[in-house]
Amino acid sequence: MSASNKPVVVVIGNGMVGHKFCERLMAATSSFRIIVFGEEPRPAYDRVHLSEYFNGKSAHDLSLSMAGWFDEQDVELHIGDPVREIDRSARVVHSRKGIVQPYDMLVLATGSAAFVPDISGIEKKGVFVYRTIEDLDLIREYAKGARNAAVMGGGLLGLEAAKALLDLGISNPYVIEFASRLMPRQIDSAGSHILETRLKKLGLQILLNKSTLAVEGGEGIHALRFADDTSLDLDMLVISAGIRPRDELARLAGLQVGTRGGILVNEKMQTNDPHIFAIGECALAAGMIYGLVAPGYEMADVVVSQLTEGNKTFTGFDMSTKLKLIGVDVASFGDAFISDPDSRTIVFEDRHKGIYKRINITSDGTRLLGGILIGDAAAYNILLQTVNNRLPLPPDPEDLVLGSRGGAAAGAGVMDLPDEALICSCESVTKAAICTAVTEKGVETVEGMKKCTKAGTGCGGCVPLVKDLIAGTLKANGRYIRNVICEHFDQSRQELLDLIKLHEVKTYDEVLGRWGKGDGCEVCKPAVASILASCWNDNIQKQPVIQDSNDRFLANIQKGGTYSVVPRIPGGEITPEKLIVLGKVARKYNLYTKITGGQRIDLFGAHVGDLPDIWEELIEAGFESGHAYGKALRTVKSCVGSTWCRFGLHDSVSFAIEVEERYRGIRAPHKLKGGVSGCIRECAEAQSKDFGIIATEKGWNLYVCGNGGSKPQHAQLLATDIDSAAVIRYLDRFLMFYILTADPLTRTATWLNKMEGGMSYLKNVVVEDSLGMAAHWEAEMQTLVNSYKCEWKEVVEDPALRQRFVHFVNAPRKKDPSVTFDNMRGQIKAKEW
Amino acid sequence: METNTTSYNKPGATAGTAPKWRFACQVEDIPSDGGACVSLAGEQIAIFNFSRRGQWYATENRCPHKQQMALSRGMTGSMGEQCEPKVACPFHKKTFSLVTGECLTGEDYKIRTYPVKVKEGKLYIWV
Repeated sequence: MSASNKPVVVVIGNGMVGHKFCERLMAATSSFRIIVFGEEPRPAYDRVHLSEYFNGKSAHDLSLSMAGWFDEQDVELHIGDPVREIDRSARVVHSRKGIVQPYDMLVLATGSAAFVPDISGIEKKGVFVYRTIEDLDLIREYAKGARNAAVMGGGLLGLEAAKALLDLGISNPYVIEFASRLMPRQIDSAGSHILETRLKKLGLQILLNKSTLAVEGGEGIHALRFADDTSLDLDMLVISAGIRPRDELARLAGLQVGTRGGILVNEKMQTNDPHIFAIGECALAAGMIYGLVAPGYEMADVVVSQLTEGNKTFTGFDMSTKLKLIGVDVASFGDAFISDPDSRTIVFEDRHKGIYKRINITSDGTRLLGGILIGDAAAYNILLQTVNNRLPLPPDPEDLVLGSRGGAAAGAGVMDLPDEALICSCESVTKAAICTAVTEKGVETVEGMKKCTKAGTGCGGCVPLVKDLIAGTLKANGRYIRNVICEHFDQSRQELLDLIKLHEVKTYDEVLGRWGKGDGCEVCKPAVASILASCWNDNIQKQPVIQDSNDRFLANIQKGGTYSVVPRIPGGEITPEKLIVLGKVARKYNLYTKITGGQRIDLFGAHVGDLPDIWEELIEAGFESGHAYGKALRTVKSCVGSTWCRFGLHDSVSFAIEVEERYRGIRAPHKLKGGVSGCIRECAEAQSKDFGIIATEKGWNLYVCGNGGSKPQHAQLLATDIDSAAVIRYLDRFLMFYILTADPLTRTATWLNKMEGGMSYLKNVVVEDSLGMAAHWEAEMQTLVNSYKCEWKEVVEDPALRQRFVHFVNAPRKKDPSVTFDNMRGQIKAKEW
Repeated sequence: METNTTSYNKPGATAGTAPKWRFACQVEDIPSDGGACVSLAGEQIAIFNFSRRGQWYATENRCPHKQQMALSRGMTGSMGEQCEPKVACPFHKKTFSLVTGECLTGEDYKIRTYPVKVKEGKLYIWV
């Protein structure tokens, strides 16, 4: 397509707002040719979630556009090539690399730079700003050698930067704030106080009222000196004390700027040169600089509207925000600070749990004006909607922060919002647009909604609301929303489990025949197999073909097609005699041996045909299956505890063995791991397990729903100072609740994350028995425990079952000739594939 | 009873020997609604028994993704309204049509399929 006769729009800056402008303009019309110049060496990325870069996300993950987007859209992108000069009379821009590009319309989206205060010594080594991926790379490199680090600035960005330092392994970084409270733009002193307490618990040190005089040191930073004559030893400082609009190019071109910076624009985002617009953080609009992405997007929309003969204008923006700071919810909405006599304020403060909620209502108590939420911001979306849509307040407005004490939810539900309520402010999506997508286009998932309407693709803050609206609309349309297993079943795992129990169905064939269609698949077969095992605890070998390969051969398939063998070593305790047996078996069958993370010994490289013989010898020596192949209890890791350790409070090994032997072999939606530590030093790393038991002076603390893996999550405290019998009782209930209700392949942590009401709900169910199911679940668990049998023992003793462990059914003694090994450090190793 | 499936995309061109019906194993050697592997004419061949619908399929045992001899140990099933029979490799769950050999998880892999016939309780493969 020839672009030669289209008017040219040049965009300077390829940040989030500049990129959004391109997207919106391309979506609105194809009558412009867009040319973008960006200073950074990569296309636009998600700066809002920058700290996730230290949390495992790559630059690629943060990128805002798919590779090839610019080509497909025919947008010309020059990255790493900033514009150096705007020649307004000739209407051309000059880039650093020497490109001279004429324009018909020019959009400045140059963004902002970190504000660096003018302090002596600020140029020293070890002082960084927190703004771009390049900054983060420098910080990451330097942090390796740093011990004492601080962030200057206790605002939103500063706390994000402090989190980044924690993620980089800096212990107890300082946050230094000039004002008397954290996040002074968003929250009040009482809220700041609660936030400080929460952040201190998470390992931050907070210094308020600190005016920095100088950065001290030689070539590199050694300390900070403050105006109150104190100083702080540091070897690293990250400055995050605000932003400075990048208006230098505009100044150079003679465009009007504000006295404190920012390119002056009118309601149409036009500068004093009608051919030039400015949007985002570089623009001084409606009297202020907007340092958030949502108003930037709104400005981009205004310019698109102007270029396409619309009449949208920018007259200010709601600066309400909700974010999770280092795991603590912080939200501020509407008029957060207004107080008497213009309004009445209702405050709820719980210092024990670290929760602060403030709402400001009109003097007559009819409308909500704004508020602040710390520690629990679940109500943010609906409160913000209540402000923005002037929804009526409930008769007792305190219910909005306390929760209704009658059972029903307080205030208006999402479905009560007016059609024009703005749900996603980043993408300007209204409630009506979302509900229409559900009703008319059949969109039923958040992912689908993102594709269809773009709602939730910006900051993501509205996703819970979008989800509720989808569910609410489906419900209003008479649809019951279910999380079905796969194309062969119209049921969720929980529904199928209920049906299977109710009708006492024992085989996959019957389940498929009664409730499914087609021939099943690799998703529903193991899911149903797991349900059947959880319900009836029959040997899974009775239905081998519906098991995942590992369960079918009771071993873990490894590279090259051989299997690994993991006998159970409860609590990680093993006798010398048993160790010798493992060594002998490994030598006899030429197996590679390695200690696992769960305190057992893994034997790799077993031919499928050797498995029954190997297990026969292991069982003879007193071993049993370790279920390393199954979605079942793996290990209960222990520290050595009070029998040997001088710090140990209780015998953690004995308890770990008791727990491991109780739950061994029970099939669950996903694997389960446990740990028991004999004291607070937590050598068993129990808090990284699905359940963790830690000795206290008075008994045990029980933690649940942790996991390691790709998304590590600490287990959370379920009960404190309970005795061993109570631990078992709570674990019975907890595990049955999980087994009966979790989706397939969902670990306990994810299950909890998805649970409405979260940990407090789980506590109510397990500890307070709020569902009245405790006795029933304990009995059910006891049935499973009583019916335990070692699967491998049953196979070894049954010639018909043994016969299935062959590679070639027409040549049972022949091993797979394609299996070959390399050598490494005196042991075998699978051939590279 | 004699069942001929039409699953056939490339005649079993084994090096040196002309393809013909070869005895593979007894019907009961292959588990119901599952698969197993036979060694035949120098090839590893996976045989699948869709007993719910009385169909048999045979493919090479090798998964083309990582060249692992594992398809016979995979879970069988079907896809879509037409109930296209398929198998999922146990290693990385790439799934393949047992009729065409095409990869159904959208990748450019293909497996060889073989004709199967059943006669008097014995399975024969054209290889």
